[in-house]
Amino acid sequence: MITIALSKGRIFEETTPLLKAAGIYPLEDPESSRKLILSTNREDVRLIIVRATDVPTYVQYGAADLGVAGKDVLNEHGGAGLYQPLDLKIANCKMMVAVREDFDYFGSIRRGARLKVVTKYVKTAREHFAEKGMHVDLIKLYGSMELGPLVGLADAIVDLVSTGGTLRANNLKAVEEIMNISSRLVVNQASHKLKRILLSPIIESFSNAVEKKQD
Amino acid sequence: MRNWLLPEYIEDVLPAEAERIEMMRRKLIDLFVVNGYELVMPPMLEYLESLITGVGHDLDLATFKVVDQLTGRLMGVRADITPQVARIDAHMSNNQGVNRFCYAGDVLRTSPDGLAQTRQPFQLGAELFGHQGIESDIEIQRLMIKAMKAIDIKSIQIDFNHVGIFNSLISKIDDSFKDSLYHSLQTKDKTTLFELIRTIDKKTADALCALTDLNGDASILDEAQKILPPTDEILSAINDLRELSHNLSDLKVEVCFDLAELRGYHYHSGLVFAAYAQGYSGPLALGGRYDEVGLKFGRARPATGFSLDLRGVVASLQPATLAMAIFAPYLNDLSLMEKIETLRAEGHKVVQELPGLEMYRKELKCDRQLVKDGNAWIVVSAPELMN
Repeated sequence: MITIALSKGRIFEETTPLLKAAGIYPLEDPESSRKLILSTNREDVRLIIVRATDVPTYVQYGAADLGVAGKDVLNEHGGAGLYQPLDLKIANCKMMVAVREDFDYFGSIRRGARLKVVTKYVKTAREHFAEKGMHVDLIKLYGSMELGPLVGLADAIVDLVSTGGTLRANNLKAVEEIMNISSRLVVNQASHKLKRILLSPIIESFSNAVEKKQD
Repeated sequence: MRNWLLPEYIEDVLPAEAERIEMMRRKLIDLFVVNGYELVMPPMLEYLESLITGVGHDLDLATFKVVDQLTGRLMGVRADITPQVARIDAHMSNNQGVNRFCYAGDVLRTSPDGLAQTRQPFQLGAELFGHQGIESDIEIQRLMIKAMKAIDIKSIQIDFNHVGIFNSLISKIDDSFKDSLYHSLQTKDKTTLFELIRTIDKKTADALCALTDLNGDASILDEAQKILPPTDEILSAINDLRELSHNLSDLKVEVCFDLAELRGYHYHSGLVFAAYAQGYSGPLALGGRYDEVGLKFGRARPATGFSLDLRGVVASLQPATLAMAIFAPYLNDLSLMEKIETLRAEGHKVVQELPGLEMYRKELKCDRQLVKDGNAWIVVSAPELMN
């Protein structure tokens, strides 16, 4: 049995074509079904629907053999026990530092100011600012980070930016790019070895489908 | 208030499980001893410098530290027994030839680790010092497989690599760069790898990329020989890997290769291997060659070994159950005492009741009892004692 962990929404939608390329068709739609385990046309393949941030954890502990997780989520998780053999090039966006439009970010850095930063991605933010040698206080939030600088909770935010629409609508500007984000295929290390014969054709068709889409 | 709660990832091992772990420990130590491995018991804690030297290089953050009240120096609680055994080989033993040591004991980790996700793994292993060739690697690998079979682990798969391949490829690369390369190979993260290798020469870059796909059965070794640069180090590494399948075939385990598996390349110097088995979400046992580590302790010695965590082994098994005992009443009767001792000497578990607690008989976990039949005490089944 192969278990694939996916999250609802964008990742599920953009992964479905890849699954199809590997000959796997989900028999139910997670948006309409309330089931958390979805069967597929293949008896030996099932999908489990979990929160995006939990995908690496399910795969790490072998509760799922494969999973699709954003680089943002993987970076926070740390990647222990996982292989990340494939960039699926879906759900693309950027991890960025953003501040209020009237805030002088680079000026504050030069003055050696200690910034308050709100983010959901504490580990990524900590590493980024440590790399730059900047002092920051991180405040963990679970959503609506854009509000932070507007209500005086923080000077900056670290968040995912895809079109920049939300930033503009809230009078924020992106000032620094931390990394490019896209979704990765993650594989449990023991499954990769013990179920190699079952998994490698799936990984290969994913890889071919991704390449074909790029051309 | 809640004073009895244990810290996170620290647990009591209760009767049935504790007995199972102990039985496994005995079987394994017995196996090591008949294979000529001498048991050592290194201390729970020692000065930090010697713990995190060499093999322990990656363990600094995983090590709990305390200040020695006698000297003011920093001590660490061992997070791995292997460096301690390497120290014993380098310093305590004057043998010029081979030393074979085995060990079993608790170690502590600052963050949960391994299959059991515990901070207190029970580490058990064997190390062979003083021989450089593949023969000693094979001896250790065979011992590891026999050990896993001795504790009834089924459908075993051994995954091999030789760190000489990676080390040969990166020999001309800047040190600061090696760790990132290592990390992306270790996670088979091709995307990051592609970005990293842009700056290095094409031949090396292509070879490093190829490593991520070179995993599977022995056929990948032929492929590796075609793709990788034919340096002496790489060719001899591939030959070593080839020789393995042949030498392990009688043990009936699946042998696989993964040339991007580089765990501990800082101190490993030759063959490295990991054992997987159906039903376990990670490696059960890990091992490899680590020549030169002894140098840090004053004497460079070739070395190879393996270890496993017994708590990790039992974590994925069905919960253990205790064997049921034979119930004996409390009586001042010499013939009963004799019978009980005879049964115990034969290895049966006999529990004798204590006076005044007759109403709790069912708690004694017995399924048979001793009853008097004429002059003799005999064992009969006792369903009424079972819950």
